[in-house]
Amino acid sequence: MNSIEIKKLSLNFGEVVVLKDLNLTIEKGEFLVLLGASGCGKSTLLNCIAGLLDVTDGQIFINGQNVTWLEPSQRGIGMVFQSYALYPQMTVKGNLSFSLKNAKLSKDEIEKRVQNASEILQIEDLLNRKPAALSGGQRQRVAIGRALVRDVEVFLFDEPLSNLDAKLRTDLRVEIKRLHQKLDNTMIYVTHDQIEAMTLADRIAIMRDGLILQLDDPKTIYNFPVNKYVAEFIGSPGMNLLKGAILPNDKPIFKLDGGWCESPDLSNYKFYEPIKTETQAWLGIRPENVVFGDDAKNMPVKFSLEVEVVEPMGANTLVWSKMGGQEFRFMVDGNTTLSIGERVTVGFDPVHSSVFDLDSEDRL
Amino acid sequence: MPNLSLTQNHEDPRGPKPRKILSRRNIILYGTLIFVAIYYLIPLYVMIVTSLKGMPEIRLGNIFSPPIEVTFEPWVKAWAQACTGLNCDGLSRGFWNSVKITIPSVFVSIAIASINGYALANWRFKGANLFFTILIFGAFIPYQIMIYPLVILLRDLGLYTKLPGLILIHTIFGMPILTLLFRNYFTTIPEELFKAARVDGAGFWGIYFRVMMPMSLPIFAVAIVLQVTGIWNDFLFGVIYTKPANYPMTVQLNNIVNSVQGVKEYNVNMAATLLTGLVPLAIYFISGKLFVRGIAAGAVKG
Repeated sequence: MNSIEIKKLSLNFGEVVVLKDLNLTIEKGEFLVLLGASGCGKSTLLNCIAGLLDVTDGQIFINGQNVTWLEPSQRGIGMVFQSYALYPQMTVKGNLSFSLKNAKLSKDEIEKRVQNASEILQIEDLLNRKPAALSGGQRQRVAIGRALVRDVEVFLFDEPLSNLDAKLRTDLRVEIKRLHQKLDNTMIYVTHDQIEAMTLADRIAIMRDGLILQLDDPKTIYNFPVNKYVAEFIGSPGMNLLKGAILPNDKPIFKLDGGWCESPDLSNYKFYEPIKTETQAWLGIRPENVVFGDDAKNMPVKFSLEVEVVEPMGANTLVWSKMGGQEFRFMVDGNTTLSIGERVTVGFDPVHSSVFDLDSEDRL
Repeated sequence: MPNLSLTQNHEDPRGPKPRKILSRRNIILYGTLIFVAIYYLIPLYVMIVTSLKGMPEIRLGNIFSPPIEVTFEPWVKAWAQACTGLNCDGLSRGFWNSVKITIPSVFVSIAIASINGYALANWRFKGANLFFTILIFGAFIPYQIMIYPLVILLRDLGLYTKLPGLILIHTIFGMPILTLLFRNYFTTIPEELFKAARVDGAGFWGIYFRVMMPMSLPIFAVAIVLQVTGIWNDFLFGVIYTKPANYPMTVQLNNIVNSVQGVKEYNVNMAATLLTGLVPLAIYFISGKLFVRGIAAGAVKG
């Protein structure tokens, strides 16, 4: 059964179109991440689902019920905000029980639910403190607790970890994942952080200008991005994109602008449609998919490069160099020592690459 | 040799830089401040001193000299015996009138204005901007234009010369500036808090009373200070919209001080003036700190 169904949703602020004719179906228990750069409409979409914004057109269903005109509190959702949004004058307990008091639940029931939520989130010791006396991580936990006590079907997260420092962010990320595995609720999670999206999501919806560009599981998005924008957005360091042309001979080959010692043979690459004419295109290769040294010898495509900049990152080292005048990065093991100006042999398998049309930037 | 290096270390600049207390800068700075402070405090000093003297001593003409014989007689007279027209029960009548005017006016105007401000800041209803523009426009219209129409309005309502009429006037005239004050304060409260409260099922009043109001005590303090001082010190509306029996303290003070008959009792006048100024002064001293905090709130993030 579908947990959330969005049908032909549009939202305009005056002349500005924020969401256009958007359709989205989310299954029960699914963890969906809305990912995109700021201003892509991801938070707006979340606010529409929550009922905090009136939509211009379209319908929203939660659990089969049309909630388009319902108040946020009647939609069976809980929401966690980036700034925590805890009520500063109330204690943690007051924060957790605020919604339950508004719903006029009995005292025993409120007590029970607050107890239950605080156990799950391990904030029992903090119940009598005010938010000002909590650390960032504790605050965010209380904010999650506030959604938890409401015993709702759908959790909405609006960039919940963006205000935390890097270490805490990774800790809480895992906790959110554990929470999802335990509760099995539907969760919609808005973020601009691709790592969060990759680690948490069952499916990722990548948004741009109010449209969903690609909706797939993280692996598919990572390996088969539908266009150049998605390819560049996902992955860190970003994908190498080399400009050139595909020549449709008996075997399609990629001819790099500015020359290449050997034009990669793309006959193993799964094109959507066979290439019939010469097509200007981008060839995308992730730095992780480039192999180096002895391993490169077994690769279908191999060539030598000059090391320009070396960025050690601990486990790996990112190497920057140039390929026919175009930027090219690749990853090597962190223990490898490379000196600037050294010539090295690298290689890759075109099966793991992505090819995009130069003009439409769509995957070929 | 180690000895030498020690002395060198000692002479090297280290820790806070020493500053001279009697530097040119300090003398000019504190000199100016002290001079200005004295300049402003002299009239107050003269008033207090004069109010504690008897009339024979005042006639000597030494206004700066402290009283030879301290007497509280003028204060008692100003409060309980000074005559305005036919009434000779002093300023006390005006004081209680002012209390009866100020408390409801302050309460009603702040209650309405804070709800206005909250609605304008958080609930973007249709026509909100137009409504707000009209309110702001109201803040720039000179009061004098509206005096006569309001007299007619109050007369038709049957409130002219009565205290509720004056309370209504004060509430209306407080509205533009107070609404602006509250709206601007409420917009500084993070919007996510308001959203969270909506998700938590709180309605218009629930959010106002249980989320917004407890967070806005500084701005309420500012509004109270503004309104108490403004309404207590008001003379114009008091003299126009009430009758002698309902005159506020300021109007009565004027009638005492400016009476042309009999001897000018400077000591009584000074005491009466000080008595009238006591309430705003007390309010200011009590809430001064809150006042500054409220005015500055939102100016700096955090």
